[in-house]
Amino acid sequence: MGEDFQASKPIYMQIVDKITSEIVQGKRQPGDKLPSVREMAVQMGVNPNTVQRTYAELERLNIVETRRGQGTFVSDNKDLTEELGRNMQDEIIKSFIQKMEEIGVDRKQIVTLLQQYLGEGQ
Amino acid sequence: MAIVLENVSKSFGKKKALKNINLSFEKGRIYGLLGPNGSGKSTMLKLMTGLTFPTNGTVTLNGHPVTRKSSEQVAYLTELDMFYDVFTVRETVNYMASQFADFNIEKAKELLQELTLDPTQKVRSLSKGNRGRLKLVTTLSRDTDAILLDEPFSGLDPMVRDSIINSLLKYIDFENQVLIIATHEITEIESLLDEAIAIHYGTVIGQESVETLREEQGLSVLQWFKQISREQGEG
Repeated sequence: MGEDFQASKPIYMQIVDKITSEIVQGKRQPGDKLPSVREMAVQMGVNPNTVQRTYAELERLNIVETRRGQGTFVSDNKDLTEELGRNMQDEIIKSFIQKMEEIGVDRKQIVTLLQQYLGEGQ
Repeated sequence: MAIVLENVSKSFGKKKALKNINLSFEKGRIYGLLGPNGSGKSTMLKLMTGLTFPTNGTVTLNGHPVTRKSSEQVAYLTELDMFYDVFTVRETVNYMASQFADFNIEKAKELLQELTLDPTQKVRSLSKGNRGRLKLVTTLSRDTDAILLDEPFSGLDPMVRDSIINSLLKYIDFENQVLIIATHEITEIESLLDEAIAIHYGTVIGQESVETLREEQGLSVLQWFKQISREQGEG
């Protein structure tokens, strides 16, 4: 137990994000079996109905597939990890730029600041 | 399993503990009855077990009015101490098994192990945390349609709370059981609930699906609860 959840986002979506991130990080490989709904619920300390929704959502996104009588598996698709990784990168960059613009930094400055921060362009 | 309360009021003398309550509880779901001490949560649970009866209105289990015999279908964890001090843990479990036909002794043994309770220890010498655990063992070991828990975490440390939540998730039979938890400790059980029901001075002031709250209002149950309680205070 001991997962902490943000208030502003449904818990089932936060678990979707967590599992997706684990796939991107290679902690879960294509074809790996996910824990049963009950096991996952115990691990996360959440209601099994919530995990049910998480798995349904992951299935809708083609990230996992349910095999009858066998359980839920990470989709056996070689491009999946790469694709999910790209999506996540996009999202992080998008929110970063949004926050910078909110505090009045324009895009050109953002690039300069990033280069400086990363120790380039000096 | 369904528990339905229709237009239920309950008075103790002149004091109105519950006013015109309409609620229904379905199997396969976990409900939180949330409210401060004295808001009427315990009274509501007692009405569902047949330990007390409504002044007005009806309480039904699967369509039948609640009677004193309803405790056969409902496992109830009271906030009070409910054990004999001279018994050992094992004797307590055996005693409960002798009282309830639906008591599942195998489940009880598993739970004792899971919660690391020593069967030979006397109830008298149990720590508060272990008493809390034993209460949970004897309640969850019954194969009943409904499980009602009254303040299952009160006075227990975070480790014990976690182990209790863990056992709840492992041992509840979601196909067949409804679980209702009455508590003022909202944060502890938030991620466990399907539905949150807020109670304030004997009335229901709100009922929401926990995920809908987050999705549509961006609120945790605690934030929502504080918000609607405040509105009550102002109104």
